[in-house]
Amino acid sequence: MAGMAQRITTADVAHVARLARLAVTDEELERFTGQLAAVLDHAADIEALDLGGVPPTAHPLPLANVLREDVARPGLPREEALAAAPAVEDDRFRVPRILGEAP
Amino acid sequence: MSGWETVIGLEVHTELRTETKLFCSCANRFGDEPNTNVCPVCLGLPGSLPVLNARAVDYAVRIGVALHCQVQPSIFHRKNYFYPDMPKDYQISQYDLPIDTDGWLELPGGKRVGIERAHLEEDTGKTTHVGGGGRIHDADHSLVDYNRAGVPLVEIVSRPDLRSADEARAYVDELRAILVATGASDGKMEEGSLRVDANVSVRPVGSTAFGTRCEVKNMNSLRSLGRAIDYEVARQVRLVEGGGEVVQETRHWNEAEGHTSSMRSKEEAFDYRYFPEPDLVPVVPDPAWVDGIRAALPAMPAELRRGVAHAAGMAPESDAVVTVVRLGLEPFVTATVAAGADAGLAVRRLANEVASEIGSLANLGPEQFVTLLRMESAGDLTTAQARTVLKDMLTGGGDPAGIAAAHGFEALGGDALEAALDEVVADNADAWARYVAGEDKLQGLFIGRLRGATAGKADLAAAAAILRARRAAGC
Amino acid sequence: MTAVEIAGAVRSGEHSAVEVVEEHLERIARRDGGVHAFLHLTADAALERAAQVDEAVAAGIDPGPLAGVPVALKDNLCTRGVPTTCASRILEGWRPPYDATVVSRLAAAGAVALGKTNLDEFAMGSSTENSAFGPTRNPHDPTRVPGGSSGGSAAAVAAGFAPLALGSDTGGSIRQPAALCGVVGAKPTYGLVSRYGLIAFASSLDQIGPFAETVADAALLLDVIAGHDPADSTSLPSAPPSARAGLDRGVEGLRVGLVTELTTAEGLDPQVVARTREAADALEAAGAKVDEVSVPAAVYGLSAYYLIAPAEASSNLARYDGVRYGLRAPGADITEMYVRTRTEGFGAEVKRRIMLGTYALSAGYYDAYYGKAQKVRTRILEDFDAAYQRFDALLGPTAPGGAFALGAKTTDPLTMYLNDVCTIPSNLAGHPAVSVPYGVDAGGLPLGVQVLAPALGETVMFQVAATLEASR
Ligand SMILES: [Mg+2]
Ligand SMILES: [Zn+2]
Repeated sequence: MAGMAQRITTADVAHVARLARLAVTDEELERFTGQLAAVLDHAADIEALDLGGVPPTAHPLPLANVLREDVARPGLPREEALAAAPAVEDDRFRVPRILGEAP
Repeated sequence: MSGWETVIGLEVHTELRTETKLFCSCANRFGDEPNTNVCPVCLGLPGSLPVLNARAVDYAVRIGVALHCQVQPSIFHRKNYFYPDMPKDYQISQYDLPIDTDGWLELPGGKRVGIERAHLEEDTGKTTHVGGGGRIHDADHSLVDYNRAGVPLVEIVSRPDLRSADEARAYVDELRAILVATGASDGKMEEGSLRVDANVSVRPVGSTAFGTRCEVKNMNSLRSLGRAIDYEVARQVRLVEGGGEVVQETRHWNEAEGHTSSMRSKEEAFDYRYFPEPDLVPVVPDPAWVDGIRAALPAMPAELRRGVAHAAGMAPESDAVVTVVRLGLEPFVTATVAAGADAGLAVRRLANEVASEIGSLANLGPEQFVTLLRMESAGDLTTAQARTVLKDMLTGGGDPAGIAAAHGFEALGGDALEAALDEVVADNADAWARYVAGEDKLQGLFIGRLRGATAGKADLAAAAAILRARRAAGC
Repeated sequence: MTAVEIAGAVRSGEHSAVEVVEEHLERIARRDGGVHAFLHLTADAALERAAQVDEAVAAGIDPGPLAGVPVALKDNLCTRGVPTTCASRILEGWRPPYDATVVSRLAAAGAVALGKTNLDEFAMGSSTENSAFGPTRNPHDPTRVPGGSSGGSAAAVAAGFAPLALGSDTGGSIRQPAALCGVVGAKPTYGLVSRYGLIAFASSLDQIGPFAETVADAALLLDVIAGHDPADSTSLPSAPPSARAGLDRGVEGLRVGLVTELTTAEGLDPQVVARTREAADALEAAGAKVDEVSVPAAVYGLSAYYLIAPAEASSNLARYDGVRYGLRAPGADITEMYVRTRTEGFGAEVKRRIMLGTYALSAGYYDAYYGKAQKVRTRILEDFDAAYQRFDALLGPTAPGGAFALGAKTTDPLTMYLNDVCTIPSNLAGHPAVSVPYGVDAGGLPLGVQVLAPALGETVMFQVAATLEASR
């Protein structure tokens, strides 16, 4: 069994905030870290469980092979697709400049 | 690069030729007006849910079977990262349980390249960069079209079994032929329906440990794949020989400038936080269904090459055989064999004259092709005449006898040929004397003059035999 | 009038749907200022729809089992052309171009949607105080919360604004507010009701379910919305069980287990336990065989839930990025735009759960947190299965206590999370559960008990619930 995870730090919270595209002030960072630590401390009860050999349940359903026929159907008219967009140009969704290639 | 061995593994993404996208019923079509093939699902609208396309699974199984993979129960995962071409800011892909694992592909020379896995995933939308010459880094802003978002892809990951840029190109060429043969892909690299990333490393010859690899992206043709690998190998060798170290990273191939460059941005490393996609259920292919797909698959290129090579008496890896199969011309060979005509001649004609006019193939019927071969074999047409007739058949259609007649072609043989040869010999008496004296290479001169004198009608093979006979007789 | 009565009267032509809708709209106009159950009313569309129902009846066409019945919709259900916000700034003003499957089914059954109800932002909370548009108040006491996250729907039914409402339940978000507002609220078997058009919080746990004043009304609404939907891959293909089938059967001979782990859960008000034991006694008196039963892994439910739900949420909420819909804050480059949009658009609880979930999935922590929680889920399923070998249905409290004062639990998230301790195990197992009002606390505020059943056990679950209701 893996050992207990270390207590979450402000650096961890800053890291996940970056991953999640959220900005946090220093004050928020302290507060969130304490709050997340409290929840994770509560979860220490399951961290301590020996669950070797227990398969994970990702889903409560025993379903498999749910498939759709490959038949095209009309989607949204373009005006509707673009209607809610904050910025549109040339029938495309306009975004500020992108600094890096897709990973 | 003496002393260094190149190690290459390739990741090939192929778009599947389905009617609809992987998880919604929007049309999967290249080249439509932007954002016209979109719906709540492929726009990632709140509340929308994916439903898997049955034909995409069918194609993934076909690919797995064609690549000798295990086709196994699989699940989908979410790969999380923010990027504007991805409507949900996660990609639905397969991770630790892909549908196809552990197969191989045979190159024309007989080498087997291992296939680690092939899995289903969704494509991203298309981004256009505005300002700064259309390049991402200098752009003012970007525009996103989601028509391609959600188009089904199969990603095929090879083992690091390739040892040169040539081999890598041969692998992609072979894989493309297999994908086209299965019906899963149109194989069009130039339209982006086949995309190749290369994992490249170098190591000292004799070493069994792998060097640090770089992933090279953005090659959009076989030629640029070869160039990018050669560049990257040279860069890595230079780096290591200079006492440096290769850093594991993703590098971008710049086709115009002919080099790779690091794609690392200032941001932290990616952490994709894969987890099982809760909106989808497992895909568990029924073995009987997989067997049915296996039985229904057409012959793959390696098998076709063996068949053509056997019929023509050539090696399976010979250029002519490879070309004939790559261009899908093996039905002409089959027709030739069935008619009892010369399959070797057929393969030569197909790999040369037909291959160079492949765009006009629709004009050529197998029966007419076989008739032409017969005329040539029987000496009714010279090689040069046969080529001309074949070219006409390809460009304008029609039967070979009619075309030959229209050209006034008939092979010049018998007495007429002897008479024409007499004239050529008389005109080049000096050369003739040297030829008779043993200067073999002068035979070409007489054949050339004969071709000119008879406007290509002479049966050159027969003429060569006559020349040799006359020399032997000493006249 | 109950929904059953309204539908009957409208179908027979005895009552006009327009009148029914007008009455309810009037009540909303009079009282919702102090309750704030609704974020958006669709009064004109409702009256128009009601008139159509009346016309159908006049023309001899049956408008369906919910003919003319007003229904309130939690504002995380997509409604075509009608604002759908999830009570979040990030979706403020968004009008979906499509209807959720349940919304279409309601319309097809003759129901009349009145509007969209308040919730904790993205259904994350247990008090409806996490709404970006202000809290909902408990109709029984305006200083107290209605519970959450479906607090607006629960309060709408409790206040008589609508006889029926839809909510969503990821960890108790229907049952807990139902208990606190003194109404019936059910979470169906996972996969029984289509999630298509339900804005996702935690996809493997979310289920849409009914609120009603009576068990029979809740069963009627569930029967209308249940059933296979090809647009949801996790929708069960089998014919749905009838929620109404067992309503009149009584519980004679049924085996009902009182779940030890639920009556001894952390932070329970003894009054809640007392009401639950009274409910057990009432079932026994009605002929059921009641016994204590242990579901040992249920005690790990809360911990597992607060890893799994935030993990899925962190991914589900990535799409709110300012590109295709919703709020966009300006930024010099895309990353700055993302960060500013999401930082301004999401409230504190949503950010907390996104960060918690991101952490639980991140490199190096997946096995210790998310992976482990999934194994706990397996254990909980196994333990429930064992319990259902011996019992037809299970019984426990719904919430740890009655409605609490606004602001009482907002400073410490974990205290708020403990509200879900009794409801979470059913979500992790994918099993159905229904909360039925059962008595009051010392302050006269309603309390609820919960009937749990195995997957697709809706018939027996409502059978027991109806008996409990009748025994009050
Ligand atoms: Mg991929
Ligand atoms: Zn679509």
